[in-house]
Amino acid sequence: MNLRAIKAIYIFEMARFFRTLTQSFISPVLSTSLYFVVFGTAIGSRIEQVEGVSYGAFIVPGLIMLSVMTQATSAASFGIYFPKFIGTIYELLSAPVSYLEIVIGYVGAAATKALFIGTIILLTAFLFVDLRIEHPLVMILFLILTCLCFSLLGFIIGIWAGNFEQLQLIPLLVITPLVFLGGSFYAISMLPPVWQAVTMFNPVVYLISGFRWSFFGVSEVPITLSLGAIAIFTVLCLAVIGWIFKTGYKIKN
Amino acid sequence: MNAIVSIQDLTKIYEGGFQALKGVSLDIEEGEILALLGPNGAGKTTLISTICGMVTPSSGSISVGGFDIARNYREARRLIGLVPQEITLEPFEKVINTVRFSRGLFGKPADPAHIEKILRQLSLWDKKDARIRQLSGGMKRRVLIAKALSHEPRVLFLDEPTAGVDVELRKDMWQVVRALQEDGVTIILTTHYIEEAEAIANRVGVIDGGRILLVKDKQALMQQMGQKELLIELHDPITAIPVGLEDYALRLEDNHLIYTYDTAAERTGITKLLSALAEAGLVLKDVSTQQSSLEDIFVGLVGENG
Ligand SMILES: Nc1ncnc2c1ncn2[C@@H]1O[C@H](COP(=O)(O)OP(=O)(O)O)[C@@H](O)[C@H]1O
Ligand SMILES: [Mg+2]
Repeated sequence: MNLRAIKAIYIFEMARFFRTLTQSFISPVLSTSLYFVVFGTAIGSRIEQVEGVSYGAFIVPGLIMLSVMTQATSAASFGIYFPKFIGTIYELLSAPVSYLEIVIGYVGAAATKALFIGTIILLTAFLFVDLRIEHPLVMILFLILTCLCFSLLGFIIGIWAGNFEQLQLIPLLVITPLVFLGGSFYAISMLPPVWQAVTMFNPVVYLISGFRWSFFGVSEVPITLSLGAIAIFTVLCLAVIGWIFKTGYKIKN
Repeated sequence: MNAIVSIQDLTKIYEGGFQALKGVSLDIEEGEILALLGPNGAGKTTLISTICGMVTPSSGSISVGGFDIARNYREARRLIGLVPQEITLEPFEKVINTVRFSRGLFGKPADPAHIEKILRQLSLWDKKDARIRQLSGGMKRRVLIAKALSHEPRVLFLDEPTAGVDVELRKDMWQVVRALQEDGVTIILTTHYIEEAEAIANRVGVIDGGRILLVKDKQALMQQMGQKELLIELHDPITAIPVGLEDYALRLEDNHLIYTYDTAAERTGITKLLSALAEAGLVLKDVSTQQSSLEDIFVGLVGENG
């Protein structure tokens, strides 16, 4: 294992993150605060408790997931797309690094960024609502797994994308709708029965439900199912990445 | 001498079906400076990219330092430094960080003293904290070289290092290249400038259409392939080649008679020509010879094969 290479990639990528710190920091904090003001306070005051939790607190896990998923995906996809775009990928391909090391470096950095942002949002949330976390360890585990999983997905998108438009395409057309419809702002049980059934095909539902369970101890799908879902998702992403590197798909001539 | 890079029957067919390398075999000797000379599209970049790992070969094998580049890619690549043809750098990063990054990527422990030495050698030390995008084109190329040298490679590939480069950088670059050679580093550079190959290489390989047409010691190449021209300046101007000298394939230019001969031929025919000139009653004012350049050799070779 070329640990020094992993470290070099990780540090280089984190430097990119810290260069744009204000941007990477302020925008999630600001948008989360807005969500709290609009949904939590303005609308939430008219909504009763959801599953025994005040609405303001209820949306916290979903909000964190929303940010973490989109940030992880965009950080990882941009991280690997950019060297491809400007040509510096030549150095990765000619260095004594294995594909696994490249993935660990890039995905590790993207996941760290997402984790950082997720933590900031959680801290911001404490300013707005009275929050309790019943299963902090599970919460951390879920957060980390989600960061990793969506960073892997982002990595795949970054390799696949041929231009900046395609880079935005999947996050915009797939991830954002799935996350919004995945119960970030409402409980699945609030939907009509037909939509409840349809919603169960949305993998994000399992993640948000599981994450919410770690906060409030209530969930809409069993927690084991949630953990299973994220495990399957991670394995799928890993398999695709394995295939990409085996075939050199879109990175090697 | 030992071959540090050994290429055997290498072919490359790109995805579209274009064959860029058509069976290249080449041994690069340890410590030499080899110039790969060839026109645009000859396959120089493809050849280098294949050795360095950016392009997968279609068939054939390559070893570097005795390590197969596919099976033992880590060991092989650790020995290699590459300066690519295109300037490709992370625009927003600082010079010193990109150089440190390269060293780390190649698995070497941090060595600030070595990085400083390289940056000074390439006149980049003042710019170490500048962002790449603030640098001029020539400076960027220096950064590429610094990156390639950051991990102390044993073999350095320079893909058209002087394309679009000013005189000063070119001079600096040759200085660095010679210093590296003294340290035992093997250097392979590609160029389509003949003067460059002539100026710096120990051996010259001519590549065209995906084939290596020849590889020769530069001196031997020029001697063997080189033709010389004998320039004879006449005392009294003439307008036509005098009768009796038709057999000598002479050219008449600006009151000079020019006789082309092969330096490697057993008989150059010079003695006979000179006496024939005297017999024709011509008075000579001056006589000189000039060596034909690599360019003439090159044009001849590529012409024959194309
Ligand atoms: N990625 C590619 N796909 C298809 N053809 C390519 C690719 N890269 C290079 N070629 C072709 O291969 C030939 C050799 O290119 P190259 O190795 O860059 O030549 P050189 O460096 O000697 O100018 C050219 O005809 C070029 O068009
Ligand atoms: Mg080229």
